[in-house]
Amino acid sequence: MVGKIAIVGDGDSIMVFKAAGVAAFPAEDEKKARDVLRKVAQEYSVILVTEELSRALGDFLQRFDEAPYPVVLTVPSGKGSTGYGDEMLRSAMERALGVDILFQK
Amino acid sequence: MARLNVNPTRMELKKLKARLSTAVRGHKLLKDKSDEMIRRFTLILRENKRLRDEVEKALSETLRQFSVARSLTPDYAVEAAFGMPAATVTAECGVESVMGVDVPKIGLETSGQAGGLPYAYSEITSEADESVRRVTELLPLLVQLAAVEKSVRLLAAEIERNKRRVNALEYVMIPQLEETIKYIRDKLDENERAAIIRLMKVKNKT
Repeated sequence: MVGKIAIVGDGDSIMVFKAAGVAAFPAEDEKKARDVLRKVAQEYSVILVTEELSRALGDFLQRFDEAPYPVVLTVPSGKGSTGYGDEMLRSAMERALGVDILFQK
Repeated sequence: MARLNVNPTRMELKKLKARLSTAVRGHKLLKDKSDEMIRRFTLILRENKRLRDEVEKALSETLRQFSVARSLTPDYAVEAAFGMPAATVTAECGVESVMGVDVPKIGLETSGQAGGLPYAYSEITSEADESVRRVTELLPLLVQLAAVEKSVRLLAAEIERNKRRVNALEYVMIPQLEETIKYIRDKLDENERAAIIRLMKVKNKT
């Protein structure tokens, strides 16, 4: 099966992905992003979402966790990483194992 | 623990014993499954952490560099330069099974000029070239991370479900069945004793 790759995010961060051949969908705010994602999810199998949007849309993105596709990945935006990816990793780990095996100091 | 609402007969006793042995066997199997899933999960989790650190570091750096490049170029030139991509990437999507959970397995395919820039060198500063090149290089990693992260989430959900099943068997089903079996046995024994006593009394009267 051949799937397509898309990125949803604010204008600046997605432009460079567009040049690399990823379909880019601008979405400035949460509400817009919801509409865009709903459409994009039908067609694309890998969707990159910038961290700011991903954080705002936490609950909405959870619905994609049920099936193998589409795959939604949170990527840092131009403003740098805020550690949201690690947070999600930690919550999955705590759900499954109940203990922290990655981040403990 | 509440016992099941059944008639204390030999038939029921036999049925319940069969159910108990199935439940015990199921419990053991599910527990083994849970152990193995957790082992796989920790492996994938570590892989995920490693990939994410790598991707986040490289990508934030690249994007910062790109925003510098962008700030050096007027808006309309940027729009024009990046409006028409020279390459398109598609993902080769498959499904892999990890302990009976379907997880995505994704490869990357690039068509068009791979790594080609969608604009002429004269239009934009060289920082932009560099960041486009690096994002192109990063894409396979990104796609891999996407697949791994999805696997982690799917597996986590499955482990949670499985844990619930194991616990339901261990703390509800099995004790309930055991208690009901004991109850029926007691009742049957009691009936037997009552019958013997009755016979003895009847015999003494004559």
